Amino acid sequence: MNFLRKQLDRVKPHFEKGGKLSRFHSVFDGFETFLFVPDKVTQRGSHIRDHIDLKRSMFTVVVALIPALLFGAYNIGLQHYLAFGPEETGLDGSVTSLFIFGIIKVLPMLVVSYGVGLGIEFFTAQIRGHEINEGYLVTGMLIPLTLPIDIPLWMLGLAVAFAVIIGKEVFGGTGMNILNPALTARAFLFFSYPSWMSGDLVYVHGLVDNPDVVDGFSGATSLALAAAHDISSLPSASDMIIGTIPGVVAETSVIAIGIGALILLVTGVGNWKIMFSMIAGGYLMGLLMNLLAVNAFMELPAYYHLIMGGFMFGAVFMATDPVTAAQTETGKWIYGLLIGILTVLIRVLNPAFPGGVMLAILLMNVFAPLIDHYVVEAGIKRRVKRAAA
Amino acid sequence: MNGRESDPLFSVKNMRLLKEPLGRSNPITVQVLGICSALAVTVKLEPSIVLALSVVVVMGVSNVLTSLIRNMVPGRIRIIVQLVIIASMVTLVDQFLKAFAYDVSRQLSVFVGLIITNCIIMGRLEAFALANKPWESLLDGVGNAAGYGLILVIVGFFRELLGSGTLFDYPVIEMTGLYSIGYENNGMMILPPMALITVGIIIWVQRSRDKSLIEEN
Repeated sequence: MNFLRKQLDRVKPHFEKGGKLSRFHSVFDGFETFLFVPDKVTQRGSHIRDHIDLKRSMFTVVVALIPALLFGAYNIGLQHYLAFGPEETGLDGSVTSLFIFGIIKVLPMLVVSYGVGLGIEFFTAQIRGHEINEGYLVTGMLIPLTLPIDIPLWMLGLAVAFAVIIGKEVFGGTGMNILNPALTARAFLFFSYPSWMSGDLVYVHGLVDNPDVVDGFSGATSLALAAAHDISSLPSASDMIIGTIPGVVAETSVIAIGIGALILLVTGVGNWKIMFSMIAGGYLMGLLMNLLAVNAFMELPAYYHLIMGGFMFGAVFMATDPVTAAQTETGKWIYGLLIGILTVLIRVLNPAFPGGVMLAILLMNVFAPLIDHYVVEAGIKRRVKRAAA
Repeated sequence: MNGRESDPLFSVKNMRLLKEPLGRSNPITVQVLGICSALAVTVKLEPSIVLALSVVVVMGVSNVLTSLIRNMVPGRIRIIVQLVIIASMVTLVDQFLKAFAYDVSRQLSVFVGLIITNCIIMGRLEAFALANKPWESLLDGVGNAAGYGLILVIVGFFRELLGSGTLFDYPVIEMTGLYSIGYENNGMMILPPMALITVGIIIWVQRSRDKSLIEEN
């Protein structure tokens, strides 16, 4: 560590004002604060500056994502193995071999996502003379984790560029965006290249090119099966909770996502109100659907909605994005509750969009400022009344 | 006032009436008018061009007509008079398209008729033709319509090329062989939101080249 510090201090003068590399000072700044806790203090007035800066809190989220990523990698290997059998795949079916197979498939996605996204971030930071923002550390991880494994890499790169430029930089960069950038990328792909983002083939590696599979294997996700009212072929609830089912890279395992949620909650990085109210909203709406129950999807036990598809992943990692969620405490309850309700509503009543979570969160991102506005207004009204009395 | 009356037909000032709406005072990218039709008809290049030309005709003629009768029309009923002029012109254009370009007219469907409600036309009649002579009004009308049409054509070009892989229904992308190496058309370009985003990008490019357009706030 001392060695690193010395190297940094040695080159630092070049990047300061007047130095020959001062143009790139934001790049240097980015690396320095990435490696060491910054020693900056505020210039005037009294401020409390937390040592947990943006970089550290973002990094916590990345750590929280790792269980889901690791399980996702294993599951990619597993689904591929289940679909094509040992002869075709050359895998022996052991956990290690499946995991290694999966991680080799996921790594290029991560590399492309980080390469393109951070490239654009560094570039815009130089142009605008901003500091490099670390918001992309999480986004870059989230984007590949919410995509089907066989998505072509150039599409991924394009979606990342779209999300970072149109979703974030035009609004002023990290912290100013209205929509969650990771979901913007996903929505872009979903509407641009639907044949790679939905259907029964895309969720298992190799199925698109070669749909001949072992008898009895279906690459359909549980949501697609439920939307087709094919309840009898749904995987069991325990499979859905463990996560050994077809799906996008990291959404399948409720347990792995739960570990991540625990990390976020213990460190205080993720907001429990949003997570809790979103789950409550989804469950309540599921119960309401059970009351109406005009078709097989509606009759599904309400808790199924929580463990199917991307509900948990959305609740833990997407809805809780501190930038795009509601900022007021009451607002967070309303925001989460409405996401949960809308998710189930879109899933059950609109079979064209099986992935209701993405659309529900994006919609509520748009409404979050409005919710905050009315919460603040209500607070003001209450105080005025109290003052008058 | 006298100086203006003796202006030659193609004086610098008159030419500016024609050119400014193409850039610095473009109705779509600067005044943000007429967005609605810009989103609706620009899925393909051909209807974009046809609509652009229709608007040029409607706007040029209505501006001249309004300017000719500007001193006879009582101020109270001027809006209704303008509407009659625009509506007659639009009906003419609509009938013309139905007779000579039936396919395109079907693609444009209601949007030819909706030229009547295009706020750029009404805006120019009110703001310019009512207070200026016919020749200047013609230049202003044609200039503004061309500025509107220019954006329509740019948006239509990108949406057809990236969304359908064609230009004037000619398979451009297929000719380049991009499909065989895995390229695919972007389905979102066909949806209205991408038209809005494309217009947004044009506005962005224009403002980064001409800083004086950026509002202070």
